[in-house]
Amino acid sequence: MSELGMNLTLKIWRQKDAKAKGKMETYKVTEISEHMSFLEMLDVLNEQLINTGQEPVAFDHDCREGICGMCSLYINGEAHGPDRGVTTCQLHMRMFYNNDTIYIEPFRAKAFPVVKDLIVDRSSFDRIQHAGGFISVNTSGNTQDANSLPIPKLDADKAFDAATCIGCGACVATCKNASAMLYVSAKVSQFALLPQGKIEAKDRVLNMVEQMDKEGFGNCTNTGACEVECPKGISLENIARMNSEYLKASLVREK
Amino acid sequence: MALSGFFLLLFLLQHFVINFSSVISVEGFNKVSHFMGTNPIIQYGIQPILLIGVLFHLGMGIYLDVANRKARNVKYAMNKPGENSSWWSRNMIITGITIMLFLGLHFYDFWFPEINTKFILGDMSGLNGHGEFRYWEELHHKFVDPIRVGIYCLSFVFLALHLLHGFQSAFQSVGFNHTRYTPVIKKLGNIYAICIPLGFIFIAVYHYVSQ
Repeated sequence: MSELGMNLTLKIWRQKDAKAKGKMETYKVTEISEHMSFLEMLDVLNEQLINTGQEPVAFDHDCREGICGMCSLYINGEAHGPDRGVTTCQLHMRMFYNNDTIYIEPFRAKAFPVVKDLIVDRSSFDRIQHAGGFISVNTSGNTQDANSLPIPKLDADKAFDAATCIGCGACVATCKNASAMLYVSAKVSQFALLPQGKIEAKDRVLNMVEQMDKEGFGNCTNTGACEVECPKGISLENIARMNSEYLKASLVREK
Repeated sequence: MALSGFFLLLFLLQHFVINFSSVISVEGFNKVSHFMGTNPIIQYGIQPILLIGVLFHLGMGIYLDVANRKARNVKYAMNKPGENSSWWSRNMIITGITIMLFLGLHFYDFWFPEINTKFILGDMSGLNGHGEFRYWEELHHKFVDPIRVGIYCLSFVFLALHLLHGFQSAFQSVGFNHTRYTPVIKKLGNIYAICIPLGFIFIAVYHYVSQ
């Protein structure tokens, strides 16, 4: 790409509020540097819109370094765009070509209703987490140091890998069934593998899966698309672990 | 889905082994067919379970597909599912319903006439008018029509696509995913998904060309 930058056509989902009927709108941006992040390119567009008296495009973002899980755009038919292992804020314009047309849409799922433009309500994830994504610890002042419990290195590594899930929702957005299994399984696995998580293990998986179903997410059909698009590389192994935990807990549940 | 899937995988394997015997030995195929067709445990015990298994697999598949479609009420203007998943993993409902339609023809060809002969006409002898076993002869004569052979072969291609995803997916659904064993299961699944339908195609073509 030349130093002059790229000229792009953007097709962006615009929706005034949660109740309004949205539609795709077309915008042009010019002289976009390949070194820009995707969100910086949208900042340029918004500056252009504000300067011409138009409503800027609303989109979620916070840390802009791939940690917070706020950015959530479906770009050219893929969650977080065409790159792998990155969030939207880590996607760079060098992944695109001059004169490209880029489709930018919100993450689509019944459980992720659109709030405005490209912003979706992902509080369904919070409610799933509240249903069981926690451990009980003694906070009386005699709290035991977690490191005093020996944990096999492999289990610790796998729990840590599961805990790297930032809850962005790319798995739901990507899945043809809008299933949240990868997210929920990561939240189940990060505790299921550790001794501290054993106490609530049965209730946790049952309650979190029940809440997931209540929220209206679809069912997992193991296409594996979520794992490919996940910016943190959360493994399908977590879904199998949750299925196993769920089956075991279902068999011994008392109510 | 996974449990009925495992059951159907086992059934398909034994079905293939018995059908393949029709290529190797007329007498052997007749003997096995007669045993399978008249053994009370198979006829009154396993056969109803198989029918329930097939209907459950179909019913659950449709139910889940409808529920899953509802989980995304607004479609993407631009979507590239091919970038992250295989066509056959995303379209199990299409390959599954195609297989069910094929089963309709298959039942019309074999199962309904067999039920009619044995349980309506009451002829459990397995013999034709010349006093010989009728099974191989009936099978062989079903593959005279090239269009029917073509439909069978095409259906087996859909079966292969269904199995390519279904085999390994069933293990994942029951919670089995292991660093050492899952790659082996995936390879086994690919071998099963290609070899079994290919074997069925071979059997259909063999009977057609040996008329």
